[in-house]
Amino acid sequence: MDKYIEIKNSIPIPLKSIPEMDYNDFLSTNTLLAASENNHCVALFGDKKTDHMLLFCCMANDATHTIYVNSTRVLLSEQYPSLSRVHFSFHIFEREIHESFGLQYTDHPWLKPVRYPWYRHDQTKSIENYPFYHIQSEELHEVGVGPVHAGIIEPGHFRFICNGEQILHLEIQLGYQHRGIEKLIVEKDNLLTQTLLSESIAGDTVVGHTVSFSRTIESLSGFEAPEHLEMARTLALEWERMAIHSGDLSAIATDVAYQLGSSVFGRLRTPIVNSFQVWCGNRLAKGLIRPYKNRFPFNKKLASEFNKVLDEYWPDYTEMFDRMIDLPSVLSRLEKTGIVTRDQHLAIGSVGMAARSGGLSRDIRQSHPHDGYHLLKHQPVLLTQGDVYARTLLRDNEIRQSAGYIRQLISLMPEADSIPAPPTSLLPDSFVVTLTEGWRGEIAHAAITNKNGKLALYKIKDPSMHNWMALALAVRNNEISDFPICNKSFNLSYCGFDL
Amino acid sequence: MIPEIKIMIHQGKQFIPNVFTAQVPGIFRGRPVISTEKTDTEQLIRCCPTGAISENQGVCLDMGKCLFCGECADRFPEKIKFTKDSKLGTNFREGLIIREGIDRPVQFDKSLIREEIRGLFKRSLKLRQVSAGGDNSCEWELNASNNVQFDISRFGIEFTASPRHADGVVITGPISRNMAMALQSTWDAVPKPKVLILAGTDAISGGLFAGSNGLDRSFLDHNRVDLYIPGNPTHPLNIINSILRLMRPD
Repeated sequence: MDKYIEIKNSIPIPLKSIPEMDYNDFLSTNTLLAASENNHCVALFGDKKTDHMLLFCCMANDATHTIYVNSTRVLLSEQYPSLSRVHFSFHIFEREIHESFGLQYTDHPWLKPVRYPWYRHDQTKSIENYPFYHIQSEELHEVGVGPVHAGIIEPGHFRFICNGEQILHLEIQLGYQHRGIEKLIVEKDNLLTQTLLSESIAGDTVVGHTVSFSRTIESLSGFEAPEHLEMARTLALEWERMAIHSGDLSAIATDVAYQLGSSVFGRLRTPIVNSFQVWCGNRLAKGLIRPYKNRFPFNKKLASEFNKVLDEYWPDYTEMFDRMIDLPSVLSRLEKTGIVTRDQHLAIGSVGMAARSGGLSRDIRQSHPHDGYHLLKHQPVLLTQGDVYARTLLRDNEIRQSAGYIRQLISLMPEADSIPAPPTSLLPDSFVVTLTEGWRGEIAHAAITNKNGKLALYKIKDPSMHNWMALALAVRNNEISDFPICNKSFNLSYCGFDL
Repeated sequence: MIPEIKIMIHQGKQFIPNVFTAQVPGIFRGRPVISTEKTDTEQLIRCCPTGAISENQGVCLDMGKCLFCGECADRFPEKIKFTKDSKLGTNFREGLIIREGIDRPVQFDKSLIREEIRGLFKRSLKLRQVSAGGDNSCEWELNASNNVQFDISRFGIEFTASPRHADGVVITGPISRNMAMALQSTWDAVPKPKVLILAGTDAISGGLFAGSNGLDRSFLDHNRVDLYIPGNPTHPLNIINSILRLMRPD
């Protein structure tokens, strides 16, 4: 029997074509795949039936541009060895399965709560009594921060174990933003409502998540997006990347108390987000991306407007960045701060920008290209130091790269002509997984339809799911005063994680 | 020349001189206007994903529930239009309801401002922000209100790092169950008299998440709201003008 079915990004398959195997085979197949650097787990989730549960695992291969999918049948009355014991990168998925359904693992190394969803299996557990890791010592102390923070930031709790000023261990507790989006998308049988829900997964990644949702739905209904639609979406993704990266540079400057950088990068973001406003009526691109349509076609007038914004952005941006990166007082705060090594990234399954700043090339635009990325022949920016400085430089490099792509996309943008009529139903009993490279990293949406062609299960994975662990590792042996700059250098999503 | 000075000269003046009259560039889905045209009301009501549109002596639209997605205006352009008016804040829930045939700025009822806060925060209002199930979009725009362009702090409005230093709380998000307790603790920690502001449609009505098991909105059952700022998210001009209306109603 096949050990998996090999599929492509956002191409649906019949549910019954996914090989179902014995749990031990499932474990050995997927952990063996994870042992190769080319592969990483993009989704592992449970689908609960009346008397058993199915587990689905999707392993993406960056070299072959395919995704390996297999499944197994488990009983909630039994206990199982964990995949995380063999390869830690599975930890977050298994924790989620355990928390939601109560599946018991015999040897999971870090079986901590994920987000305390309202439908959690064990209702006696609550977010107020999270089981933190403790150390018994007279010399060490603990510092708790959050959930409400000293600024306008989303809630999350950080628990440090420190030796004086030095952080030994950080545990990050999330779940405060949990609204139950995955369940709502399935329950609300209305395309507009579902799209608006996908807009609300993470307000800073509106384009990334709505493009993922739209591609998922379109693929499940056999809709072929015309080129102009794909190109407009690619442009929006790159525009979002530029906007957020610029804002992040401002935040990094703020946290090293470099006021001029903070102000200038902050103000440079404004014309970019305002261009979204001009395009679709919202600074965060809410209302722009819809399944089956191009609600605000990218026309000639917008093209010249966007080019003008880039022309004006460029001299101001380079002048500011070159100055900031030339200042010893800034560099001393960034260099060798918050290092995550390549091995660590590999072990925990980091994705996106964080992984690329630490020598691990994870970029869906190259490995599983979609929309206009086929044309752009994207080569990821790859840095090796893995410190805050690398994550700062990476943003600079990617801003430059995105600006080039945007120019290219604008010049290649075909006229927005007609769009095929939207299909009315989805393929029945089907499975699809959609990967998109948002500005933060890999977004995975997976969907299963029932026999009536309705969504039966919808799974969302924001890159933050993997990368929060990278932040926890980054701050080890750093001074606690460097936590804010480490945190900003990752800029992870709370709501995208909590769902 | 010192490079910093050169950069400052190149940047020039960035702030918006007059936030009261400033216009949002491009398309803006601001205060809606409902015409008296005849239309298929049933279809119109059904097209709204959050049930913001209803019929009560003509068609009404509740901005406290509206996500400003523009679907209704796309489908019934002769009936509903979103104007560029970005000043959407008011101090009474009823004030968020737009009625058929009435095209006027969002009303603000000065008489409803509580006695203990009236005139107290005219020149200085320090706020604590609590994100409770928000999607980080209103949080993002609240931060943007304080950038060099919008510069909300010129009016004495600032966001504090501790509830002890605050004069009030701004809530964003539909109030998730997991944040209910932290929100209550933050509110209790703010000294009296204090103001309560809801920023964004999610906070005002729960928006798309209204009725979800993931929410616990009981905090609002026993605390009076002083200012509602609708939007998805709330535009910085909307935030600034709305808060100023509460601080300086006259």
